[in-house]
Amino acid sequence: METRRGARMVIDPKVRQVGFVTPGSELGRPAAPEPPGAAAPVPVVANSPSPVIIPLLLIPDTSSLRTTPLPVPSPPSRRVVAAPPADDSMPLGSYNPSDAILGSSQGSSERTGNNDKHGSAPTDSLADMSLSNASTLAIRLEGLNVTNDGISNVLSTSTVRSAVAAAPTSVEHAFQTSSGQGIIGSVPAVSVDMAAAANPQADPRPMPLKDRTSKAERRAIQEAQRAAKAAAKGVGTDIAAIADGNVANEVKSSKPSSQKKGLSEKKPAVFSDKKPVVSSDKKPVVSSDKKSAEKASEKDKRKDIPAPRMQFDDEQRVAKAKRRSLIEQTEAKNRVELFRHLPQFLHGTQLPSLESKFFHEDPLHPHPSVFQVGLQYLTREIVGGNARCIAMLMAFRDMINDYSTPMEKTLVRDLTAKINSHVSFLITCRPISISMGNAIKFLKTRIASLPVTVSEFEAKHSLILEIDRFIQEKIVFADNEIVKHAVTKIRDGDVLLTHGSSCVVEMILVRAFELGKKFQVVVIDSRPRLEGKGLLRRLLGKGLHCTYTHINAASYAMQGVTRVFLGAASVLSNGTVYSRVGTACVAMVAHALGVPVMICCETYKFHERVQLDSICSNELGDPDALVEVHGRKDVYSLRGWADSKHLHVLNLMYDATPADYVSMIITELGMVPPTSVPVILREYRKVPYVM
Amino acid sequence: MGPIMKFQVVVLAGGMSKKLFPLVSKDVPKALLPVGNRPVLSYVLELLEANNLKDLIVVVAGEDAAVRVGGWITEAYDGRLHVEVAAVSEDIGTADALRAVLHRLVVDDVLVVSGDIVSDVPLGAIAAAHRRKRAVLTAMLCSSPSASTAEAISSTGKDKAKKPSPIDIVGLDTSHQHLLFLASGTQVDKDVKIRRSLIRVVDQMEIHMDLMDAHLYAFNRAILQEVLELCQGIKSIKQDLVPYLVRSQSKFGAIASGDTQTEAVGKTPNKDDSGQPQTPMQDIVPLPQHILPGVLHPASLELTCCVYIASEGKYCSRVNSIQTYGDINRDVAGELVFLTGYTVSNQNNVIHPTAEIGSKTTVGPQCMVGDGSKLGDKCSVKKSIVGRHCRIGSNVKIINSVVMNHVTVEDGCLIQGSVICSNVHLQERANLKDCQVGAGYIITANSEHKAEALSKREKS
Repeated sequence: METRRGARMVIDPKVRQVGFVTPGSELGRPAAPEPPGAAAPVPVVANSPSPVIIPLLLIPDTSSLRTTPLPVPSPPSRRVVAAPPADDSMPLGSYNPSDAILGSSQGSSERTGNNDKHGSAPTDSLADMSLSNASTLAIRLEGLNVTNDGISNVLSTSTVRSAVAAAPTSVEHAFQTSSGQGIIGSVPAVSVDMAAAANPQADPRPMPLKDRTSKAERRAIQEAQRAAKAAAKGVGTDIAAIADGNVANEVKSSKPSSQKKGLSEKKPAVFSDKKPVVSSDKKPVVSSDKKSAEKASEKDKRKDIPAPRMQFDDEQRVAKAKRRSLIEQTEAKNRVELFRHLPQFLHGTQLPSLESKFFHEDPLHPHPSVFQVGLQYLTREIVGGNARCIAMLMAFRDMINDYSTPMEKTLVRDLTAKINSHVSFLITCRPISISMGNAIKFLKTRIASLPVTVSEFEAKHSLILEIDRFIQEKIVFADNEIVKHAVTKIRDGDVLLTHGSSCVVEMILVRAFELGKKFQVVVIDSRPRLEGKGLLRRLLGKGLHCTYTHINAASYAMQGVTRVFLGAASVLSNGTVYSRVGTACVAMVAHALGVPVMICCETYKFHERVQLDSICSNELGDPDALVEVHGRKDVYSLRGWADSKHLHVLNLMYDATPADYVSMIITELGMVPPTSVPVILREYRKVPYVM
Repeated sequence: MGPIMKFQVVVLAGGMSKKLFPLVSKDVPKALLPVGNRPVLSYVLELLEANNLKDLIVVVAGEDAAVRVGGWITEAYDGRLHVEVAAVSEDIGTADALRAVLHRLVVDDVLVVSGDIVSDVPLGAIAAAHRRKRAVLTAMLCSSPSASTAEAISSTGKDKAKKPSPIDIVGLDTSHQHLLFLASGTQVDKDVKIRRSLIRVVDQMEIHMDLMDAHLYAFNRAILQEVLELCQGIKSIKQDLVPYLVRSQSKFGAIASGDTQTEAVGKTPNKDDSGQPQTPMQDIVPLPQHILPGVLHPASLELTCCVYIASEGKYCSRVNSIQTYGDINRDVAGELVFLTGYTVSNQNNVIHPTAEIGSKTTVGPQCMVGDGSKLGDKCSVKKSIVGRHCRIGSNVKIINSVVMNHVTVEDGCLIQGSVICSNVHLQERANLKDCQVGAGYIITANSEHKAEALSKREKS
């Protein structure tokens, strides 16, 4: 039973393609199952720090768009491989390459298959792809063989598998500790279940075997893995041990933040109801035949599993959460059925209750700066991914500055707890964005990795520096870089189209204008927030030539447009762009008319999650905003809609743009196709995070 | 842990108020003027206490007054509040008073409260609005007494000989969050002049006459200090400081942050009333940007003045004239009785258990009788407040009046719409209508007064 589910979880895009799925995200992915498998052990043996290898692979990729053989994001399955031999230890660096390639192989093999069947992928590009893929993979294989002749050649796929499988797990730990985000990647995978674990193993072989590996088979594989591990253990153990400790720490710390829960949910989120079952199912299988030591680590592992994201249709949990929250929240009535799992509170009740608590003394009470930021989130005075993230980080900076460790507590733990409570306060004000989640993770990782010996002052100082650096490097410099890259894509005579108001896009347009490029801008706006107006006014103030229209006219406005620049709240690892609602529509129209769509997004907003639709994770705005028309007091047909049982008003804040509508994602690292997002996630993330 | 939420509170308790003559005297500074049998300052202090603001600086004009106020505070709030009483010389403006305690302000923001406010607005909301906007100044506005009352004031000709004018003229943006203009009604002679540049920036500006400045402000401390130090010409918060800050909005920042949230301000340059402080303010150097909070994002460089408009249900009023004094007393005895903390009897009035009330005496609803007061037979008290230890004879009618402590009223007196201060002696069958009687005054028997302010001249 579970087996099947797990398997489906991995392949599922096929099923979901009907709706908002991103078949195109697989377009560019390599279609060679074997080589990666073989390639995997390389790092294990070579034990070389991955950052050295990877950039070589990546950098050429950035220039070419679709044909790059970038690994496919199929984190759940790949992580699952990692999951079972949880305790095993392997050197840190070895993990990534193998992992990546492994992942790519699986995903691609399945997905290309899918594409073929459904015919959703343009055949020529597919052929293209496979060609290039094959070649690159071959290259990789070569390289691997060179470094690693003995093993990869000798081992059969299954044994290779096991070795590979052994490797990632330990690395998983190390990775997690080092880069807070690793957890997120790995965690949901763990919960997926054994079936899924089995799945990748079968992967390189012909398809049908996939989800039919029996328990016995799996066990055999595990045994093999363990054997392989045992060999590798010698070196790796201590590292892993340390890593483990850290992981536990980090995990504990990061768990309470429901943001993390939210973010860490990948595909499983779609099946959220199944998840607990799955994980519980997994326990007996794994732990029964493991040694006690392994059991312990298994427990650790389980701690990694985030509690499922808060589902707001679960009344008990909601009630519980409410009791803990500082803000009085009244659930909105008439919530749209499909979106009941998202928080939706009566607008207008939160602010007064929060204001009245302003001066209260309460252990829950947040730091003034955080309180202020929370208020600003609540009233939508700070909007936009970057602004919110910066505001939050600055508030945390203030908080850390004012922080002093209480007696009999350690800074690392107490501060982490403090940050957690502050984060949950911010969440009650407004659900935090993915970028903020990444920033929080970063901060927590920094805290967790503080040496014990450091004095409080030094620790605070270093944390503040880290925050400053994060803002500078990840946001400010990143934006500048993006602008630099993007401006090269603007030529004289271009007609550029943008939607809503993205600060990066605005910077790009202004910069291009300052460079003397002659182009026109079409600003597409949408109700109810009409953010485009602000952008429009600022652009006009600078003297740009603009056209303003609403999204209803997108299909017309798109004619004659040469490029579409869009901002993003996040880019997910399957290339899906999670952005202000309306973006998907604009991108789709552009795609239909063959206009290239450039997404401008800093890499700190990237996330490992895979999201196929806009339902499982989104944010609901104030439905009244839709009902009322600004400046039109005569439009009142929907007054009092809340009293009608038959009407549900849905004001979604975000939507997911499938990767195949996206031509290019402009990041500070260069311009990459949406398929390369996982590479960036994997390779660039950890470097600054580990340090 | 320092002050809560990085807010410090300064209460400007004032000293002697000319407007409240003859109620206020040397013995009874304005802060201790009884409202509902409690000093008016106690309402502010309790409001602050209810909002968990327990570290206060109370500024009192005049040494004597400061001693008295300080004495009262230590007696009444010992252990509950931590109050520093600062004395400043009399006859200085509110901004000067603030300047005097400037050095004690250390944290981010300062809440400046006038000591004569009777209100139940949530201070947290003001502070939150202030923080939310990162404002330089947040002023609380409340709806001013209705137009009819304003008419009544002027028609009585008590304190405003001019034609009826609104209490304050307030300019707001359409979102009702930003303060674009503020002038007190008495300052504006004929026209309100508003710069065209202002209108150009904000598109729309609403001029409100129905709002009143409640003299409750939140200031950004850094900017407040800067401004007060740089411009010694600023004397009064309401007349100089606030308009100055409001005007400064246009000079710095004024970055359009949203559609309607642009702000910039200009103001009538030729105000005769406050022309004198105008001149020194011309050569004020622009505020250095580095003191502005949150410099990281250009959008945060705004210098904004915000308002918090008290919601309809909330009460907010200031004891700043005889008229308001009477009104507030009535309100406090009536619907606002919860502010005083007294328990209300079945008859909807507050009679202290130690008060003695003679036979056939009626104390109507919305009345208060303080402890130890004695009322004779066949008296009638309607909509009035009788203070502590008063001795009131028989057949006395007290209507719509405030009788303070230790007042002796002999038989057959009629007191209507009047304020009788402490230790006043009313001899038999005195008849007072719309009078204010200063402390210690003796009103002779059978005398009749109408709309007069009576006080002992010789003493003062």
